[in-house]
Amino acid sequence: MALKGNLKDVGLNQLLNLIYLAHKTGALTIQRDGGGTAARLYFREGKLIQAAMDGQTARLTDIMVQVGKLTADQAKAIRARSKVDTDKELGLLMIQNNVLNQTDIVQGVKNYLLESVYTLFTWHTGTFRFDPNVLPPEERITVAVSLDHLIIEGSRRVQEWEHLRDELPDLDVPLKFAERPDVNIRNINLSVEQWKVISFINARNTIRQIASFLKVDEFQIRRIVYGLQTAGLVDVLPSTLPPGATAAVPLPPPAAPPVGRGVLMRVIDRIRKI
Amino acid sequence: MQTVKMVVTGPFSSGKTAFIGSVSEIPVVRTERKVTDGTRSVKEQTTVAMDFGRITVDKDLSLYLFGTPGQKRFDFMWEILSEGMLGFVVLVDSARPETFREARRILDTFRSYSNTPYVIGANKQDDEDAWPPEDLKIALGLDQNTRVLPCVATQRESVKSILLELLYVILENAAEEPSPRSRKK
Repeated sequence: MALKGNLKDVGLNQLLNLIYLAHKTGALTIQRDGGGTAARLYFREGKLIQAAMDGQTARLTDIMVQVGKLTADQAKAIRARSKVDTDKELGLLMIQNNVLNQTDIVQGVKNYLLESVYTLFTWHTGTFRFDPNVLPPEERITVAVSLDHLIIEGSRRVQEWEHLRDELPDLDVPLKFAERPDVNIRNINLSVEQWKVISFINARNTIRQIASFLKVDEFQIRRIVYGLQTAGLVDVLPSTLPPGATAAVPLPPPAAPPVGRGVLMRVIDRIRKI
Repeated sequence: MQTVKMVVTGPFSSGKTAFIGSVSEIPVVRTERKVTDGTRSVKEQTTVAMDFGRITVDKDLSLYLFGTPGQKRFDFMWEILSEGMLGFVVLVDSARPETFREARRILDTFRSYSNTPYVIGANKQDDEDAWPPEDLKIALGLDQNTRVLPCVATQRESVKSILLELLYVILENAAEEPSPRSRKK
């Protein structure tokens, strides 16, 4: 039986916790809202063993390029020597040609898996489905990554997301340049993403629209804008939304009624006979 | 005539009315009205005040079952219904994970009213999309000791087993409490 739902109801961290605690084996497929990117994570007995992004399980050479252990040319050369397209053979060729050793390969795959999952923590909406006992294609390499540290790091990232959401609760507001920036602008280095956001700042563009133009998600745009804001370069115009309702204060618990064991046993006997 | 009371709670459309209807010896006193908000796509009618069912134990004792309204805007009724209860059942629609967070909120609210025993009914286990009880327990963030039981609220035997399990938990708690005589010492 597949477990299905939406990330806005059951977060990735909760799902990983479920897989970890229940020692599940199978594939977790996450489809981002709007028919966008999809990811598939494979687990064996509660451990992450493989990840496929955009519907494709990456070859070992691609993974090693992505984690910076191989250059694109080295990967191409290894693939050219390979007779069958399996990770086992690609790995052996890397080792035989003294390009990488076994430890490098295993560590590289682990890093790739971790980064894949960390990316998914920034997805806050999208459907998921866990299919029990589905394993990755046999030709792809698997390593076992324990989920406990991953869940802790995931929690940290979720907290960061919540902090950013608290700092920037409303994305439907425009940004403006600080009139008297309280910083020495000459000493500031901006990232490419920050420059891109700055290029869109005007009274007509809301933060959400800028994110849409740049094709970045809510987490990323909040992080970029928060960085610019704390650097004193931009100001966020205040929200026009009405303030939210305050939480109700819980009332003190009333005392439970005293009911004897005899009464309970009579009720139990009666229900058994229904 | 002594009466004892149990409360059946849970999110909107989790099966509370059906649960009580499966075991009540009287037609469930329903206070349902047509749904007028966005939840209409889930069901046509919903409980706006409470459901009431009864099981007569013997000539001196009756068990009353109260079902709480599921929609959030009627949650002011919850505390009134929870007064004097022996224990409570939180029903969760196992096939609708979008209601799990609400189920947890309801559980926490009821626990804040009273420290009476409770069990979780993982309802609609006959639905092919239903989450198994053990997965539901983890998804709801419940501790290992919390009893999460499979349930099909339309089946009498299933409902009986939930009520019996709750009564066993109540019995265990009653056994742990000091007797009136030992309290005097």
